[in-house]
Amino acid sequence: MSAASPAVEIDGLVMTYGDKVAVDRLSLEVARGSITAVLGPNGAGKTTTLETCEGYRVPQQGTVRVLGLDPQRERAALLPRIGVMLQAGGAWSGVRAHEMLEHMAALHAHPLDTAMLSERLGLADCGKTPYRRLSGGQQQRLGLAIALVGRPELVFVDEPTAGMDPQARRTTWELMEEIRADGVTVVLTTHHMDEAEHLADRIHIIDHGRVIASGTPAELTREGRSATIRLVVNRPFPDGAPESLRAELGPGTEVRQLDEVSMLIHGPADAMTLGRVSRWCEEHDVLPQTLNLGQRNLEDVFIELTGRELAS
Amino acid sequence: MSSTFTPAPGGAPLSRMVLAQSRMEARLMLRNGEQLLLAIVIPVIVLVGGVAAAGRIGIDLDGHRAVDVLTPGVLALAVMSTAFTSIAIATGFERRYGVIKLLGSSPLPRHGLLLGKVLALLNVVLLQLVVLVVVGLVLGWEPTLTHPPRTLVGVLLAVALGTAAFAALGLFVAGVLRAEATLALANLVYLLLMAGGGVVLPTSTYGAASSFIAWLPSAALGEAMRAALVDASIDGRSLLVLAAWAVVGTVLTARTFRWE
Repeated sequence: MSAASPAVEIDGLVMTYGDKVAVDRLSLEVARGSITAVLGPNGAGKTTTLETCEGYRVPQQGTVRVLGLDPQRERAALLPRIGVMLQAGGAWSGVRAHEMLEHMAALHAHPLDTAMLSERLGLADCGKTPYRRLSGGQQQRLGLAIALVGRPELVFVDEPTAGMDPQARRTTWELMEEIRADGVTVVLTTHHMDEAEHLADRIHIIDHGRVIASGTPAELTREGRSATIRLVVNRPFPDGAPESLRAELGPGTEVRQLDEVSMLIHGPADAMTLGRVSRWCEEHDVLPQTLNLGQRNLEDVFIELTGRELAS
Repeated sequence: MSSTFTPAPGGAPLSRMVLAQSRMEARLMLRNGEQLLLAIVIPVIVLVGGVAAAGRIGIDLDGHRAVDVLTPGVLALAVMSTAFTSIAIATGFERRYGVIKLLGSSPLPRHGLLLGKVLALLNVVLLQLVVLVVVGLVLGWEPTLTHPPRTLVGVLLAVALGTAAFAALGLFVAGVLRAEATLALANLVYLLLMAGGGVVLPTSTYGAASSFIAWLPSAALGEAMRAALVDASIDGRSLLVLAAWAVVGTVLTARTFRWE
């Protein structure tokens, strides 16, 4: 196994629960030393994919390699080298926060200093609090501390900032950037676009158990010859508005209504298009409040790929 | 450049992991009020109450003083409460809260987890036995010590096989039922066996039902303890019954236990 081999290699993974296909011939790679985000709506197959990498589930089809090892057959060799943050739970209800972290540290050969880690994650003040009385955000931060305490090469974090306040979220992002700088590979699942966009070196967008797009945030949001225009107006559009606007704009344009006051227009990035949109609004007696010709963000990419918004 | 998080992975030596796990589990068991009630308070009440009641009515049990017969039975009850009820409930909630799942991604292997659990269990049982022996002695208990090695071997075998049998059955229950159902069933079984399972009172006091009751693990443990401490003998039949329950429980657990 060379150091240059990917941290995670998934090839053609299929996982089903009864009739339901959770993961459908999914393939992806994670480069060492990177932060990789697996992005998708709830039920897209993110957690199942992660749990297969962590050795909890046996692949029904396809292969999974983590740090060059088979998570099933070489589980004992793999587990000491990875850190896992579960989506929820993982601790006894009566265990004190610091006690839990100390215990997980004791299972490792060269653990981090638990006092430093508690301090970094803002857990120093609730060290004596029983797990069941920690807030959701504190439980999340303890989960992250547990994933890191054994000084792993690779950490899997499932929805790391769910339930955190903005301050804790920011601290968590900074910590993830720091561990990457120190050479730790991070695989995270999220359904927050901004989290993926801010943190990830590479993003895999998953829907219905498949990777539907992969790339760096810049690649995924890069403008082509066309651009996305967001139009938000002051009152509800009349019936048939998308069709009528598309007719106004001519061929090569797509119009998708997001809700009763906003539309997404995908078409040529020029002043003429904007002018036509303005004129159409005037004719239909609606006042544009936002008329944005701009950089696509991941939200737009997701909507274009799936026709749906990524509900959070 | 910082290097705080530079990877240095590796599991601790197995012995250190197992010790850490057993210390943690024992500490949590003793911190839990309900489990402490089950482990110490109820057996003490049964012993003190039983001896007081027998004294007031003035009955003997099989020609022995009540305290001499009841103390070994209450020691058996204490083993049963921890090895069966406490372990079942604790493990049921460990599954529910994802503790076992999280530990499943740590360097602690599953046999290490099991070993840690057994060590914690033996620690708590030892503590219970010390407390109950002291209470028994205060109440005037005089174990039969005409043949000390035989008594010692009998007690050790009874405690070891009884712990194995009840722990295997407790893990079986915890591995197949939901945590709440485990809690209810483990407590119910404990109460039923305490009252009618031949653990505190000799099987012979149950009349016609005694031949059935003698096959229960509770009666086998109670009888083996009484044989060792009342008659200074080793009750081979009861020890075999316990061993059989241990095998049955282990096979059932191994076949059905789900870690999540």
